[in-house]
Amino acid sequence: MKASAFAYARATSVKNAVELLAAHGDGAKILSGGQSLMPAMNLRLISPELIVDIGELAELRGIVVQGDILTIGALTRHVDLLKSPEIAIHAPLLADAIAHVAHPAIRNRGTIGGSLAHADPASELPACMLALEATIVARGPQGERRIAARDFFTGIYETALSSQELLVAVELPTAPHESTHYFHEFARRHGDYAIVGLAAQAVIRDGRFADLRLGFFAVGDRPLLTAAAHKLINVAISPTALSAALSALDGELDPQGDQQATPAMRRHLARVLLARCVSTLLSRPELCVGGLV
Amino acid sequence: MTTDPGKRDGLSVLDRPNSYIGKTVPRPNLDRLMQGRGLYVSDIELPRMAHVVFLRSPHAHAKIISIESSTAKRMPGVVAVVTGPELAAIITPWVGVLSHLKGLKSAPQSAIATDRVCWQGEAVAAVVANSRAAAEDAAEHILVSYEELDAVTDMSTALDPATPVIHASLGDNLAFERNHDAGTVDQAFANSDEVVEAEFIFGRHTGVTLEPRSVVADWNPAEARLTIYQGTQAPHMVQNIAALHLGLKESQVRVVCKDVGGSFGIKVHIYADEMATYALSKLLRRPVKFVADRVESFNTDIHARDHRCKGKIGVNRDGTITAFEIDDLTGIGPYSMYPRTSAIEANQVVNLVGGPYVTKNYRARARVVFQNKNVMCQYRAVGHPIACSVTEGLVDLAAMKIGMDPVEIRRRNLIADDAYPCASPSGLRFEQLSHHAALAKLINMMDYDALRAKQAVLRAKNIHCGIGIASFIEVTNPSAAFYGVGGAKISSQDGVTVRLDAQGSVICQTSITEQGQGSESLTAQIVGSVLGVSMDRVRVILGDTDNTPYGGGTWASRGAGIGGEAALQATKVLRKNILDVAATILQSTPGELDIVGNSIVNTSDGAPRIELNELARIVYFRPDTLPPGIQPELMATRHFVPREYPFAFTNGVQASWLEVDTDTGFVKLLKHWVVEDCGTIINPQLVDEQIRGGVVQGLGAALFEKCVYDERGQLTNANMADYLVPMSGEMPDIDIGHVVSPTLETELGAKGAGEAGTAGAAAAVANAVNDALQPFGATITEIPLTPQIILTALGRI
Repeated sequence: MKASAFAYARATSVKNAVELLAAHGDGAKILSGGQSLMPAMNLRLISPELIVDIGELAELRGIVVQGDILTIGALTRHVDLLKSPEIAIHAPLLADAIAHVAHPAIRNRGTIGGSLAHADPASELPACMLALEATIVARGPQGERRIAARDFFTGIYETALSSQELLVAVELPTAPHESTHYFHEFARRHGDYAIVGLAAQAVIRDGRFADLRLGFFAVGDRPLLTAAAHKLINVAISPTALSAALSALDGELDPQGDQQATPAMRRHLARVLLARCVSTLLSRPELCVGGLV
Repeated sequence: MTTDPGKRDGLSVLDRPNSYIGKTVPRPNLDRLMQGRGLYVSDIELPRMAHVVFLRSPHAHAKIISIESSTAKRMPGVVAVVTGPELAAIITPWVGVLSHLKGLKSAPQSAIATDRVCWQGEAVAAVVANSRAAAEDAAEHILVSYEELDAVTDMSTALDPATPVIHASLGDNLAFERNHDAGTVDQAFANSDEVVEAEFIFGRHTGVTLEPRSVVADWNPAEARLTIYQGTQAPHMVQNIAALHLGLKESQVRVVCKDVGGSFGIKVHIYADEMATYALSKLLRRPVKFVADRVESFNTDIHARDHRCKGKIGVNRDGTITAFEIDDLTGIGPYSMYPRTSAIEANQVVNLVGGPYVTKNYRARARVVFQNKNVMCQYRAVGHPIACSVTEGLVDLAAMKIGMDPVEIRRRNLIADDAYPCASPSGLRFEQLSHHAALAKLINMMDYDALRAKQAVLRAKNIHCGIGIASFIEVTNPSAAFYGVGGAKISSQDGVTVRLDAQGSVICQTSITEQGQGSESLTAQIVGSVLGVSMDRVRVILGDTDNTPYGGGTWASRGAGIGGEAALQATKVLRKNILDVAATILQSTPGELDIVGNSIVNTSDGAPRIELNELARIVYFRPDTLPPGIQPELMATRHFVPREYPFAFTNGVQASWLEVDTDTGFVKLLKHWVVEDCGTIINPQLVDEQIRGGVVQGLGAALFEKCVYDERGQLTNANMADYLVPMSGEMPDIDIGHVVSPTLETELGAKGAGEAGTAGAAAAVANAVNDALQPFGATITEIPLTPQIILTALGRI
């Protein structure tokens, strides 16, 4: 279990990293936290010709709030998100989600940019980006471009990034004061990839959802911002309304089967999650009982 | 105290001032391991050492048409590429059978496949290079042409006439069958108020040692000697087998076993790739290192527990269990493993089902079939989890059927604590068990009635918790009845040598081995206690066939009971020899003297007379001052093997308290209790942690662990992300209690404790899940109990 031989370059600047990518194209891979890349290389699932190590690019690290925009550098590690006061205030959903990402040893190395660029459909952060209306900032030979999270994830391990682009940051609107959130996932063990997960951001007024964004993950080839949320916005939430939302959700899902769950089980668990999310956010435990799911 | 009265007369040699027996003392090897100063096989670097990587078959069953390795041989750092036929000139094949398992058959297995591969992961070529990475690079350039053959993967159809026979020379795919019929089973069922049947399904799983299997083989042509550094549980067995198949005498093979990162039975077998590594060293005349990586560990470390077992129980309305019947089927891969064979687990299932209970009516059939999957063999608690899950599952089903509490039905059927000695329905002899005392203690520890009340309250709130109970018996301290009588050169006796050094410290060499369970500590505790010296004066040497007495090693819960007794007896002799010479020096008699706190003292008043280091100085450096004719022997060796009972059975009972989320199928383990009886406890913390570790492995089987094969014989989860080992986050607190019934076959009185936890944990969990699901009318008799299985049983998906 040793990686194939590869060339290694430590990028000296973002510009330098982008130049290296431009020169080597598909043969190059960015090394960020290495928590997915290194195991894949050791298993020889991938054998890149060149590793571009961006670990020393301090400009890509850090969390900044400016006006109503929260900017997170691509090299910001999971552990830093978990401990950040800015994240706790402005994007607490993210802190809740990070607690479910793998284990401390992995969170100490893994980065948000690496996780998003890797685009594992079962991972937590891509779904959070959808729920939080994030913008992904990428830099390439043609300069910088901004990609809405909903356009960024295009398939299993696939994103809108070209092979010459480097993910440099994500931008999140700071959460409005009355907003609230919910995060939960079903995983066989703490730290495992989720069987089904949900990252939700909501605004509740007078017992109703004024806004609700539901980012499901591990239910298809990419994270899903479900349109079923619209069935729950600005309506009185009755069992009937919830039931309609659950049916709508089911219609949007295209889950894969794997060793942990059949597609039918994923559909079922996604419905359970949605019901629990609504019930929890509205503090109405009765919505979870009664055979809705 | 002049003699050592046996414990039957009151005080034993263990009941001494400052005894370490029954005390939690730190393990002598702790600092070494905690400071990273352990020596594992991976740490060993020898001059000119090369690394071997095995190219392994991607097919479950295929003919090898050709192997093209010219490119690989020219790659940088490559020493050699060796195929099966080339290696066959160095090492002979083997057949994993034992004569006492009547009818057991298997086919010759080679170190590297010669013309056909029989499971995905079987080695087809060895690449030896100056680094593991260089060998892996070269392995990618070997072209093997295969002709795929039909793979036999489903054990339930392995014996069908339409199914291909894996080894034509054997005639069929049946490796072994055992039938047992005791009492009057048919009549008992006919006369029972109720008869309940179920089929129990167990997931094939494996041991997942933290340190993978590892070998450095070093053939020295100048000495004509092979030194094998290997993490093994049985160094002398490895010595015997390596010599046998390499055409050497045992004196030409030395096996050195330093620190081992977990074994659990995985490292007690002889694996083809390890044999190939020995042979490669001999062929290439240089040291060769093999360290399995995680993927090949999953594909080649023995698997276990792939059983489907139909069970039947008869019960009367008063709770009397009238009979048990089972029909067990297990698939073991393409070969019976060498040299312990792959029939032992099924054989144990037959031995153990119904074992805790009074009824003598018992019929069993076990069939062991070949299949094109990785080999299966003995893993921690061999057969016990199957037998316990089937027995205890049936007992709970019977209780449910007649509306009796699960504890009450056990009270009415467990063998009475004063009924011993007696025998099990399969004919196994019990010296002294304590089922009722253990159950009573468990009920008290868990506050059973309060827990039942709490369960009812929670149920009303739609929270579904369950309580599961599982009584069990465990085979420990095996005599020659296990392997020796079947012709295997696997020693059931162990030896210990103790020697007083020139400064009054003790060197102790033992044939048992240490893989983390505390063999080193328990040996030092016994030697220190019996001799009367502090543990820091006792140095224990293990794991070296050149430097320890001959013996079996550490497996089948035998280290403390057998190796510990040998240590006790050897130390008694040394103690007598020391007191004899002390009496001469002090012009006293041995009866007036004792050894306490590293000194010779008066028995009468405890007054110190002479320190051991002074005695040693006189013996070793001034023997001229001793009277003529006195020749002290400050070194003694004793061996021990149980003779009265083939096995020292232990017993115990476990309980699980858990919650089932009936919407998601997830199980949350809330608490686990174990009460067990391993006889004399030498180190309570070591025993408790052995039991906790065993329970965790049992809980892994209950909820998580399974080797998932597809219908073509491909192992689809051979990695740590997809194969789910139990981790601390999911484990409950595990409370442990003891009942102590020492075996009278030894002065030490210790029985084994290493497998008790694994034996009953899964049964307790499965019973608790079914208890939780009672309101839904769902019963599940399959492990691992995944959310998928639970949701399906609940009709939710």
